[in-house]
Amino acid sequence: MAEMWINMGPQHPMTHGLWNLRVKVDGETIVDAEPVVGYLHRGWEKLTENRMYPQIIPMSDRLCYGASMSWSHLYCLAVEELMDVEVPERAEYIRVIVLELQRIASHLMWLAAYGTDLGLLTGFVYAMRERELFLDLLQSVSGARMTYNYMRIGGVRNDLPPNFERDCLRTLDFFEKKLDEYEQIYDKSAIFRLRTEGVGILKAADAINLGVTGPSLRGSGVRIDIRDHDPYSVYDELDWDICTHPDCDCYARYKVRMDEMRMSCHIIREAFKKMPDGPVRVKAPRHAPKRTAFARVEDPRGEALMYVIGDGTDKPFRLKVRSPIFVTVSAVPIMLKGYKVADVPAIMGSVDMCLGETDR
Amino acid sequence: MDIYGFTEMIVDWLVGIISYFIDWLGFHRFASWLESQSVIDFLTILGVALILFIVGFLIAITMIWQERKTLGRLMDRRGAMVVGPAGYFQNIADGLKTFLKEIIIPEKADKKGYNWSPIIIIGSSILLIGLIPISERFYLADLDGGLIFLFAIFSITPFAILIGGWASNNKYSLIGGMRSAAQLISYEVPLLLSIVGVVILAGSLNLSDIVRAQQESIWFVIPQFIGFVIFLITIVAEVERIPFDLPEAEAELVEGWWTEYGGMRFGLLMLAEYFRGYAGAAVGVLLFLGGWNGPILPPEIWFLIKVFIVFFVFIWIRGSLTRVRIDQILNIGWKRLIPLSLINILIAVLIKSMGWL
Repeated sequence: MAEMWINMGPQHPMTHGLWNLRVKVDGETIVDAEPVVGYLHRGWEKLTENRMYPQIIPMSDRLCYGASMSWSHLYCLAVEELMDVEVPERAEYIRVIVLELQRIASHLMWLAAYGTDLGLLTGFVYAMRERELFLDLLQSVSGARMTYNYMRIGGVRNDLPPNFERDCLRTLDFFEKKLDEYEQIYDKSAIFRLRTEGVGILKAADAINLGVTGPSLRGSGVRIDIRDHDPYSVYDELDWDICTHPDCDCYARYKVRMDEMRMSCHIIREAFKKMPDGPVRVKAPRHAPKRTAFARVEDPRGEALMYVIGDGTDKPFRLKVRSPIFVTVSAVPIMLKGYKVADVPAIMGSVDMCLGETDR
Repeated sequence: MDIYGFTEMIVDWLVGIISYFIDWLGFHRFASWLESQSVIDFLTILGVALILFIVGFLIAITMIWQERKTLGRLMDRRGAMVVGPAGYFQNIADGLKTFLKEIIIPEKADKKGYNWSPIIIIGSSILLIGLIPISERFYLADLDGGLIFLFAIFSITPFAILIGGWASNNKYSLIGGMRSAAQLISYEVPLLLSIVGVVILAGSLNLSDIVRAQQESIWFVIPQFIGFVIFLITIVAEVERIPFDLPEAEAELVEGWWTEYGGMRFGLLMLAEYFRGYAGAAVGVLLFLGGWNGPILPPEIWFLIKVFIVFFVFIWIRGSLTRVRIDQILNIGWKRLIPLSLINILIAVLIKSMGWL
């Protein structure tokens, strides 16, 4: 049989951004795949070396606008580690609340994109509709809808607005009902199950060896979550559970994300109950000491890590980002091999691509 | 009176007036040529083609509008609402937009295949409309083997799609064309088997006779319910709509076999798809839902109401299901639908031989 290479991307409805997936097909069966990233490279890490520490915060939002709060939080966490800044407790709780809101918004955007990948435009519109509610909440906190610029070194910019708790809890109640509605069109649909179950198998051993993290790893049945294994903020004071699914397929990854959205609602409710009063921000020094620090968080897409080298000035000497999807993309050939061309959107959609953080 | 006779009457009348004036001007030979039967036949065929296109166009436009509004409601949004009353003229605006687009032919495409395949698809789709009687008085051809002829024309399309996909010289188009051929050919078998039951019960292949048979007994959807369900599934695959729109799956194949067709070609192919959607829904109404039978309202209105209800089911399916995979769709077709349709034929034979209907 003749084999041929098909370029999926850089402009293809499946790609969710600018990248290229070269697929070698035999008929319609995939025999090989090769991801090509780098179309969106902006030199993010180099750019940070010319900016002062607080000036990098609005830049870190742009790493992935699907989860911008998470990325600016990670940056602040790394710099706080570098500068030995103690964050007030109320600020930590506020951070947990906005991070979980961001996680839900990000997962909803994934759910929407997954719907269109599989030809279900209704799911796209439904998930985007509910995402608006969470964007509204984050907007009331920070004033922006996508790039929030809310985290600060040593806390958050401002306290939560009045009535935020009431609005937030009301939204969560409403949203949990909507999650059941999604299950009607996704989970209970026989065709959706047919498309996702047993497709894109990523075995736990492969996932660990390749460094895959986040929902893709937990969908392979591995109980690893940075929020639990290396707790930051106040996650160790809250009572919550890691969501895993043992099936290793696209359906497991879908299920993990749906469970995580429910768990996020639970975490936010609990954080509101335990949140103390007090200041939300402390003064941070302008100059960092001459040493290194790193921080890692559980991004909606997996383990995100930042490594900062301070050289005694007000600018970082070097800043390195480890982004989750950049690593997950390397597992793509293993996940794709042996399936059909029609499975490419189902498998690629299930890893939740975000090219902004991949190429940086 | 059928469309042909009606059109011939009008053409005859118009030609009579014109040739009278030409005769009066002194061109006697030209006037007598104009009144000859061959010229009138030619003009009548032109007129019939125009009428068919206008009827099909109006129905297709209404269907696109219905799809936009219904899909919008299913998705909790408004659908088209700006141009014209309730956004009805949005389709015409979109059609005008496609006129303005440049027609691009890929450099390395096979020009003949690339240019001719949309013509075959659109032409055969319009021919389908000509074969569907809207009522006992509004039809073009009332053939004895009308049903067979209809499905024969239905099955021209996979051939043209395969040619178009191949000639575009694009890998996505090629895969789309191959898929289309595989899907349409494998779904024609259960489609034809599912209507055999109706033919047995009605005892005729003539569409009007089948409707008349339902008028005398009951709608065939009741004794042939399994057949109706199989017919709905297969006709959705036959007109390439979600969940069986694999030949043009936009997420994996970038619109598949019509990737390279742009501008007015794309517009007409889109229109042809709705023509075929109308034809599919109309055949379902004729065979299973009693055709144009109904109280009070004129038969044409009843027929169109039923067609739009069947098309609503298509839209509903599109709004709530994801796309299946090519091997899954073939498995469904060959392993589930064909045995089921054979059982359906058995039921029809049983009903007929027992004399229950």
